[in-house]
Amino acid sequence: MSGRASRWLKRLPKLNPHLNLHPTERWYGESPLQLPLLAASFALAWYAGVRLLAGDAWGVAMWFVGAALLHDLVLVPLYSLADRAACKALGGRDRSAVLYARVPAFLSGLLLLVWYPLISRARPEHYALVTGRSEDAFLQHWLLLTAGLFAASALWFVTRTFLAPGSPWRQAHRARRQERKRERERERQRRRETKERPPTDH
Amino acid sequence: MRDLHLPRTLPDPWRSPLRGPRFTAVLGLVLLAGMPLLFVTGLLSYAAYNPNLAAVNDKTPDKGLLGFYLFSWPTDPHWLYRLTQGLHVTVGVVLVPVLLAKLWSVVPKLFTLPPVRSLGHALERLSLLLLVGGALFEFVTGILNVQLDYLFPGSFYPLHFYGAWVFISAFAVHAVLRVPQALRVLRERKAGVAETGDLVPAQPAEPTVSRRGALAMVGAGSLLLLVTTAGQSIGGVWRRTALLAPHGGEDPGTGSDRFQINKTAAVAGVRAADAGAPWRLVVTGPSGTVHRLTRADLLQLPQHTASLPIACVEGWSTDDRRWSGVRLRDLAVLAGTDGDTDVFVESLQQHGAFRKAALRHNQVHDPRSLLALRVDGADLTLDHGYPARIIVPAAPGVLNTKWVARLTFGALR
Repeated sequence: MSGRASRWLKRLPKLNPHLNLHPTERWYGESPLQLPLLAASFALAWYAGVRLLAGDAWGVAMWFVGAALLHDLVLVPLYSLADRAACKALGGRDRSAVLYARVPAFLSGLLLLVWYPLISRARPEHYALVTGRSEDAFLQHWLLLTAGLFAASALWFVTRTFLAPGSPWRQAHRARRQERKRERERERQRRRETKERPPTDH
Repeated sequence: MRDLHLPRTLPDPWRSPLRGPRFTAVLGLVLLAGMPLLFVTGLLSYAAYNPNLAAVNDKTPDKGLLGFYLFSWPTDPHWLYRLTQGLHVTVGVVLVPVLLAKLWSVVPKLFTLPPVRSLGHALERLSLLLLVGGALFEFVTGILNVQLDYLFPGSFYPLHFYGAWVFISAFAVHAVLRVPQALRVLRERKAGVAETGDLVPAQPAEPTVSRRGALAMVGAGSLLLLVTTAGQSIGGVWRRTALLAPHGGEDPGTGSDRFQINKTAAVAGVRAADAGAPWRLVVTGPSGTVHRLTRADLLQLPQHTASLPIACVEGWSTDDRRWSGVRLRDLAVLAGTDGDTDVFVESLQQHGAFRKAALRHNQVHDPRSLLALRVDGADLTLDHGYPARIIVPAAPGVLNTKWVARLTFGALR
């Protein structure tokens, strides 16, 4: 190899950062620490996974992979689109106004997501037979909590909008009052001027 | 020649200005504390069943090396299982919004192009499938189980136990590889360095909420779940605030039986007639001596009282109730042992995974362990195990067998 060619080869890593990597990283694509860690992790996952799949293997695999797919491809797009639609509908003038609907909707939706089997009364006879209690209360409680959350949010919105010292409503109110005061002042001025006017010719 | 002005990349659908490595790092560090707590309390719950004592106690007998840590479950403090399992279920429920927010924050990574860059990247993506699938699988099976909605494909115990091991294998490697990065990006924030990384949106949309606001919203979700759930475990007046927990709100019953029921007599297949006059408790020992005792005979034996809770694997528990009845160790002596031996308990119940259960010698020997006949000054009701039930300090609820029909004392293992 000519001297010129070898000098060029030595400069290569600087031109292509990929070639600066450790030889393993170059063909493996990640840090050399990652491979043994993942190997150990997969070995343990395999040991437990064989036992996890010992019964209804197809059903369990569907649930395991399905949970991730359902979350990423259905739940996330669904709530993202709902949020975007709500922002468009509510946030025309004041973007912060969206939060007063978003926060209670998020909290209420979260409660529904976690306790859906109880709230939806999926198996009311079963629950009552097992625990000796009625399942009806959960739907009522959830509706009351939802109503309470939205009511609290609305109250907060009203308070912030109308009663806070720096609120636009307060400022407008103050401006109107000052305007009226100025109007009265001008009226008084006019009257004074009228009184002091010399009498017109009879 | 006309210039076409083609966009160099497709419009980016991930435009939320909230996303970025710092937002993910904060949520990740919360899960770094929470997930190991769930895993450890879950392992403790398995140990609390004393699975190595008898086959009837073990719902995952093919556990192999995964049972390496098992130990004899103690009886002190008497609220031990109430605490560990209350934490397991309550913290699990409370972490739901954190988990969802964490997954939302990294969802663009699922759709990165090209899908696989290298061998290392392919293996990492496979590991992430085990991590995300495992986390959701564990949360979904756990949350369905505490609501008695057994939709999942198989028995809850093996699914939740082996699923936890698959999850933790991926979680551990993810933590080792990512925690240094999470700490670094948070240090950079303090140092005022601009945020970089592939989670930062290329074309951020107009913000509608600050990051602090978004984290506060997630925190509010956790707080709301805590307030509406924790009371079923803490008990007292807090049970009233547990408005959505399966065993929160009003207690069933009217008098001394006013506390939560795991399974009623009706669902266990116990009829009042079987538990009435013809009922006899059969007590046997290693020498083969057999005693048949009526309820009146049992009431003639020395009666003792113990204040103990019932704590269920589903995460709810009762406050301490005043149980009274015969000490298990007295019955063990009656059966011809020294009072420090294992016992095999059989119930009248027709249905239920734990109609037979085993207790270890330390549980039998504890002076607070009773064959209870009465609670809070009145006879047990049928739904709470009349004519006689087991009550053992710190043991999971399913080992406090109701409607006891037979006690076989002697070393089991």
